[in-house]
Amino acid sequence: MTQATYMDATPYQDDLIKKFVLAATFWGIVGFLVGVVIASQLAFPALNLGLEWTSFGRLRPVHTSAVIFAFGGNMLFATSLFVVQRTCKAGLYGGAVLGTILFYAWQLVIVIAATTYVLGFTQGKEYAEPEWFGDLAVTVCWVIYLVTFMGTLYKRKEPHIYVANWFFLAMIVTIALLHIGNNLAVPTVLFGGPLWKSYNIYAGVQDAMTQWWYGHNAVGFFLTAGFLGIMYYFVPKRAERPVYSYRLSIVHFWALIFLYIWAGPHHLHYTALPDWAQTLGMTFSVMLWMPSWGGMINGLMTLSGSWEKLRTDPVIRFLVASVGFYGMSTFEGPAMSVKAVNSLSHYTDWTVGHVHSGALGWVAFVSFGALYYLVPVLWKRERLYSMRLVSYHFWIATIGIVLYICAMWISGIMQGLMWRSYDELGFLQYSFIETVAAMHPYYVIRAAGGLLFLLGGLIMAYNFIQTIAGNLRDEEPYEATVAAAARG
Amino acid sequence: MFSHKIFETNTLALIVGIVLSIAAGGLVEIIPLFTIENTIEKVEGMRPYSPLELAGRGIYVREGCYNCHSQMIRPFRDEVERYGHYSLAAESQYDHPFQWSSKRTGPDLARVGGKYSNEWHFKHMVNPRSVVSQSIMPTYAHMQRPLNVSATIAGEMKTLRLVGTPYTDEQIANAVADLEAQATGGDAAKAVEARYPKAKTGDFDGNPDKLTEMDAMIAYLQMLGTLVDFKSVKPELVNR
Amino acid sequence: MSLQEFYEWARSLWTVWIFVVFIGIVAWSFWPKNKAKLEEYGNIPLKDD
Repeated sequence: MTQATYMDATPYQDDLIKKFVLAATFWGIVGFLVGVVIASQLAFPALNLGLEWTSFGRLRPVHTSAVIFAFGGNMLFATSLFVVQRTCKAGLYGGAVLGTILFYAWQLVIVIAATTYVLGFTQGKEYAEPEWFGDLAVTVCWVIYLVTFMGTLYKRKEPHIYVANWFFLAMIVTIALLHIGNNLAVPTVLFGGPLWKSYNIYAGVQDAMTQWWYGHNAVGFFLTAGFLGIMYYFVPKRAERPVYSYRLSIVHFWALIFLYIWAGPHHLHYTALPDWAQTLGMTFSVMLWMPSWGGMINGLMTLSGSWEKLRTDPVIRFLVASVGFYGMSTFEGPAMSVKAVNSLSHYTDWTVGHVHSGALGWVAFVSFGALYYLVPVLWKRERLYSMRLVSYHFWIATIGIVLYICAMWISGIMQGLMWRSYDELGFLQYSFIETVAAMHPYYVIRAAGGLLFLLGGLIMAYNFIQTIAGNLRDEEPYEATVAAAARG
Repeated sequence: MFSHKIFETNTLALIVGIVLSIAAGGLVEIIPLFTIENTIEKVEGMRPYSPLELAGRGIYVREGCYNCHSQMIRPFRDEVERYGHYSLAAESQYDHPFQWSSKRTGPDLARVGGKYSNEWHFKHMVNPRSVVSQSIMPTYAHMQRPLNVSATIAGEMKTLRLVGTPYTDEQIANAVADLEAQATGGDAAKAVEARYPKAKTGDFDGNPDKLTEMDAMIAYLQMLGTLVDFKSVKPELVNR
Repeated sequence: MSLQEFYEWARSLWTVWIFVVFIGIVAWSFWPKNKAKLEEYGNIPLKDD
C-alpha cells in the first residue's frame, strides 16, 4: 500500500479536531484574561470591585481551571486525537459521535465549573475545586476520552504504538485515578444538607497528602506527560526529522511516569505531614531532574543539524523555546523541593513564578507551536495568514514571561527573607503587612507581563481567523528574507 | 508477522505497566498515613466544630480564603514567634477539606483565634483598609447578610459523621439550637459550651438582633488554634 | 515486626525491584541489536500524510 492510498483510505475525524483547536484558542484567551485580572487585583485591591462574585478568592480558581482544564484540556484532546489517528493510520474510534459528545460535554463542564466557583460552590481543594456534580461530569468525559483513545489504538494499522501515544495514554489513565482518588466525597444532600455541597472522605493530614498526590501529578501527568506527547509528535513533524533518539524517549517515558508520582509531598515540607513522607517526596523530586532533562535533550537535539530553522521558522522557535523552558522549570523544581530551599520558597511568590515558567513557557508555548502547525493543516490552507505575526507573538509572549518570572523571583525571595529577618535586638524586623506592601511594584510588573502574554494570545487568534478565512497577509515571505539576510 | 491479537495485548500491557508504575508511589506514601498510629499526635482538647463554627468554616471555604491564607505554622523560630506554636496534625484532624493552603499572600491563620477582637474582625471584613491601611484583601461586606443554614446544618453534621467526625446524636439533635445560642451568649450558651468546650460565645458582629454570616465567620476565626492545651502536650510526641 | 517496620522493609524492596526493572528497560533500549528497529519507529510521524 502506498502512502497516498493510506491517506485516501483513512477518514480522519478532522472536523472534531478543528472544534477542539478553536475551543483551546478561545479558553486560552479567557484563562489568560482572568489571570491578568486577578494579578491586577493583587496590585490594586479596588479591582475586586467590592462584589462577592469578583473577589480574588473566587476568581483565582476560575483562572487556574480555565488555563489547566479548559485551555490545556482542549489542547490535549485536539493534539492527542489528531496524533493517535495519524500515528495509527486509523480513524477515530466511535467516529464523529463519541468525539463530538466529548467536545460538548467538556465545554459544559468548564462552564459549570466556572459558574459555580463564582457563585461560591467549591470543594476548597486547589485545582480540584469543582463540587461533586462537576466531578461526576468530568468522570463521564474522561471515560469517553479513554474509550475513544484506546479504541483508536486497537484499530491501528501501524504495528508499533508511537511513543507520543504512550505519554497521552499514561496521562489519561493516571488522571483518571487521581481525579477519582482525590475527589471521593459524600454529597451533603443525602443527609438533608445543601444540594451543592459535599464533604471529602479525607481529613487533615491524609487529605493534604491525597490532595498533593493529586495536585502535583496534575502537573506531572496533565501538564507534563500529556504535553510531552505533543512535543514527541509536533517537534519532529515541524522539523521534518525524527526525534533525536527514540531509545532515549522510551527510557524518558518509564523513568518519568515512575518517578513523578512520588513527588507530591514536596508541597508539604515542614508541615504536619510525617517526616518520612517529606523525605521520600524530596528524594524522588530530585531524581526527577534526570528524566526531565533526558526529555529536554531529546526534544532540543531533534533540531540538531537544522538549527537554522530557529531563524527561519517562528513556529519551530515556539516549540524549541518551550522545550528550553521545560528544562528550566524542571531544574528549578527539584531545587525547590530540597527542604532547605523550600523553607524559604514555600508560601511565597517564588512558587507562583515557578509554576508560570512551566505553564507559560512550557505548556502554553508547546501548545502555540502545535496550534500554529495544526490550523493550516486542518483547514487545508497553503500556510498561515502571517508568519511575521507568529514571530511578534513569540517575542511579545517571551518578554511577558521574563517579566513575570523575574518579578516573582524577586518578590518571592524578598518576602521569604523579610519574614525570617531579625533586628539587632532579636525581634522580628518586619510586620506581616510591611512585607505585603513591599510586594506592590513586583505585582504591577507581573500584571504587565501577564498582559503582554494575553496580547500575544490575541495576535494568535487574529492570525487564525485570517488563516481560516483563507487570507494571506501581504508580506515578504519570512523564510526568504531571513535566508537573504543570512547570505548577507 | 504480527497478529492483531498481539497489538491488543501490547496496548493492555502498556496500560498495566503504567498502572504498576504509578501505583507504587501513591500506595507507599498514602496508605501508611491511615495505618501508622503516630501520624496524628494524641493531644488533649481537640473536638469537632460547633454548628456556628462549622457554618463559618463553610463560608471560609466558599470565599476561597485558602487562596491567600495558610493554616499551617512551620517549626521555624520566626514562624513560631509570629504566629504561635507550630501546627500539629491533630489540629486539622476534623478538617474536611484541610485548609493548610500553599500561599501566604496574607498571614497564616492557624492560631488567629483570640488575637484580635470581634470588632476588629468585623471592621476588617467589611473594609480591610479601614484597620490595615496597606492591606490588599478584598472586602467581604456581603457577609452581613443573614446566616441561612438552619435547615441544613444538621445534615452537614450527619455527612461529616459518616466521613469520620465524632458528632454525637445529642450534638446533631441540638444543631440549630446551638447555632443560635452560641451567637446569643450568656446563659443561653451554657449548653453549647458544655457540648463544645472552649467555644467562644456571644454576639460576634455587633448586631445582636440578627444571626449573620459574619457571626459564623468570626466565631470560626476566633476558635482557630485555641483548642489544644499545649501545657498538657508531651514534647516528645510533637517534636519534629 | 511492627507495621511501621513492615512498611520500611517493603519500601526498600520496592526500590530494589523497580531499579532492576528500570535497568532492564535501559539495557533493552540501548542494546545495539535493537537500535535499528527502535530508531526506525521514530519515523512514524513523518510518514503519515
